[in-house]
Amino acid sequence: MGDFIIDIIAATLRVATPLIFATLGELFCERAGILNLGIEGTMFFGAFSGFAAASLSGSLWVGVLTALVGGMLSGWLMSLFSVRLGVNQHVSGLGITLLMTALSLFGFRVIFGESRVLPSITPFKQLSIFPNSPVLGEIFSQYALTYIAIALIPIVWWVVYRTNFGLNLRSVGDNPEATDAAGINVYNLRTIALVIGGALMGVGGAFLSVAQLGSFTFGIVAGRGWVCIALIIFANWHPIKVLWGALLFGSVQALQSRLQLTGIKLPYELFLALPYIVTIIALTLAGRNASYPAALLKPYKRE
Amino acid sequence: MLAVEMKHIYKSFGPVKANHDVNFDLEQGEIHALLGENGAGKTTLMRILYGLYKADMGEIFINGEKVAIHSPKEAIAAGVGMVTQHFTLVPPLTVAENVVLGYTNGVVLSQREIEKNVAAASEKFGILVNPSALVKDLSVGERQRVEILKALYRNARILIMDEPTAVLVPQEVDVLFESLLRLVKSGLSVIFISHKLIEVMAVSDRITVLRDGKVANTVKKSETNQVELAKMMVGRETFGVRLLDACETSEPIYELSGVTLDGKHGKKVLDDVSFCVSRGEILGIAGVSGNGQGELTEVITGLVTPTKGSIKIEGRDITHLAPGQLSDAGIGRTPQDRHEGTIGDLSVAENLALEHIKDYTQKGLLDRKKIRDDATTIIKEFQIKASPGDQLRKLSGGNMQKVVLARALSRKPKVLIASQPTRGLDVGATEYVRNRLLEERARGTAIVLLSEDLDEVLALSDRIAVIYEGRIMGVVPSAEATPEKIGLLMAGAVQH
Repeated sequence: MGDFIIDIIAATLRVATPLIFATLGELFCERAGILNLGIEGTMFFGAFSGFAAASLSGSLWVGVLTALVGGMLSGWLMSLFSVRLGVNQHVSGLGITLLMTALSLFGFRVIFGESRVLPSITPFKQLSIFPNSPVLGEIFSQYALTYIAIALIPIVWWVVYRTNFGLNLRSVGDNPEATDAAGINVYNLRTIALVIGGALMGVGGAFLSVAQLGSFTFGIVAGRGWVCIALIIFANWHPIKVLWGALLFGSVQALQSRLQLTGIKLPYELFLALPYIVTIIALTLAGRNASYPAALLKPYKRE
Repeated sequence: MLAVEMKHIYKSFGPVKANHDVNFDLEQGEIHALLGENGAGKTTLMRILYGLYKADMGEIFINGEKVAIHSPKEAIAAGVGMVTQHFTLVPPLTVAENVVLGYTNGVVLSQREIEKNVAAASEKFGILVNPSALVKDLSVGERQRVEILKALYRNARILIMDEPTAVLVPQEVDVLFESLLRLVKSGLSVIFISHKLIEVMAVSDRITVLRDGKVANTVKKSETNQVELAKMMVGRETFGVRLLDACETSEPIYELSGVTLDGKHGKKVLDDVSFCVSRGEILGIAGVSGNGQGELTEVITGLVTPTKGSIKIEGRDITHLAPGQLSDAGIGRTPQDRHEGTIGDLSVAENLALEHIKDYTQKGLLDRKKIRDDATTIIKEFQIKASPGDQLRKLSGGNMQKVVLARALSRKPKVLIASQPTRGLDVGATEYVRNRLLEERARGTAIVLLSEDLDEVLALSDRIAVIYEGRIMGVVPSAEATPEKIGLLMAGAVQH
């Protein structure tokens, strides 16, 4: 039983990693007033570009870096439509997701052709921080990206609440008119937020391909982007709460995959659905007190 | 040396001359009021000074130096700050964060440091705020103080206040005036935009009156009085006004007494409104837009329940009835915005039946034939240029208004609430609607006419009630009403 719990805790951290990256990315976008529904496609593109670059260069970190840059591009493209041109954010976001998904599949076909064997790389190894402790050793035997994700939480908190950029960011998502009147360039600020957000989403996607799986498949992201959209509401746009949300989803996910192996006589689809059901319930409870950034979804135009 | 000097300022918006050869100067350490009716060009002039508009012609000097200001940023750099009615604050942020927003250096934001700085500024300028409070928890008056502090924190030496009292409750106005008087003692110069004579007389050193985009006069407060200022504002000799009692009328059947409505921030948008209307009488409600006519319409048509007071028809209390019940009680209405009271996608006949759908329902189904037959009759009677099946949105404004009017009048109401009945209509349609209202009056209907068109109110009403800041300033018999008298009441100049 002890082993089972330790195993679940370790798996929780793994599952939570891409969610933490991408939700923090979405946090930057939404704090600036932009709902970035391009998140799913951006993660997918990160997974693809990370895998392709790692595979071609032979360096996993080059893969991560490529995904980061790819994510930035995706975020910048989103900013072009939603910030500069003032296009409806739902439309532009879904458009980005469709585009990035299709581009990834197309790129994958171009680079790797149509092989019968799924191309694969040797993924990241897990780093053990406490090799001598049986319990902590097992729990903290994680990918480097997982440690980075956890370290990012306080860093993002610091950026949002303790830097002047963070102050501007919180302002622009709530009252762009006031931010503009204070002499801050609303368009540039929102663009920067989307580019940072895209970078984090890209890395989140790359984690799946270069760390967890070592290959790239069509279903690799599997709706995690949409989960992040729910998590950001659950977290009430606060970085620390993003961690709790990601861990909650991660733990249920870890639990369900292990429950499937216990031989309980239930359709396995029920287990698969469990994390999403929990997300919906958590969201319903937390979402009632959600305080949305007031300018979310509203394109800014000067009078 | 003058703090501000604006010479020969011209500014037009299309054919409208908002500012025409305006000269204005502000001395160091004075409060200079810019007085004028709505649309006189006060705000335009100040928006030019603050870099929000560009003057077509003219020169601006600040502290004796000629300046060209193209944006608020440049105005702030030149030491000019402006506080408008629409605050530029971010509610979820703290007071300190709002004050320093856009005025920070480096990367790190130290909450302790900005709160210390803002507290120091708050003390220095005597503008009391709590730096760590969230703006969303503040009252309107407190928010305004944050705005003022924001300007001062950016080293404004010249402060423009655009109608600062419009959003405040009376106690807050006192606090504001105290602050301003203290600030000018320490060398700040203030431009105070207002259309309220009392406030201008209370707080300013000099007063410049603008009328139709031109300067009517600049006078010292010590050498003028309210009546003289009112004369300058309106541009004509004004006369004493004989006011009627609110219910001084023959046989009142519709009566409002003490109707009060609290606004969002505790300010009363309707304050103790009382009036009576008799059978066969038109009571006009005149007022500058935004003084409570909209809210009054919502209250008397049952869309909003008043905080206090009562509404009675033939002695029966109808204060808390829903719009549909009001209609059954004999109240007809034409909405302020005809698009609001109709559904563009539905046909003319359906729109005519809309408010009385239960009269057209049999066993849960609509009696389409009756709807159509009644519509045909009404269309003929009211000379609506449409057939019953036409989609309403395809009608002209005049015909649409006729539909709205016909719907109310075909029920033979005892009381008709006509809100902005001719807004946006052409001459012919306007004429028709006005004649129809007079016919209704002859039939014995009590009519409340709310209109921003003063000529319309004067032409149709038997008595005219003037609303200002949510209060009825007075009721004037139409035989004695002139645009000047009404205008004076509308500007809040006559208190009683």
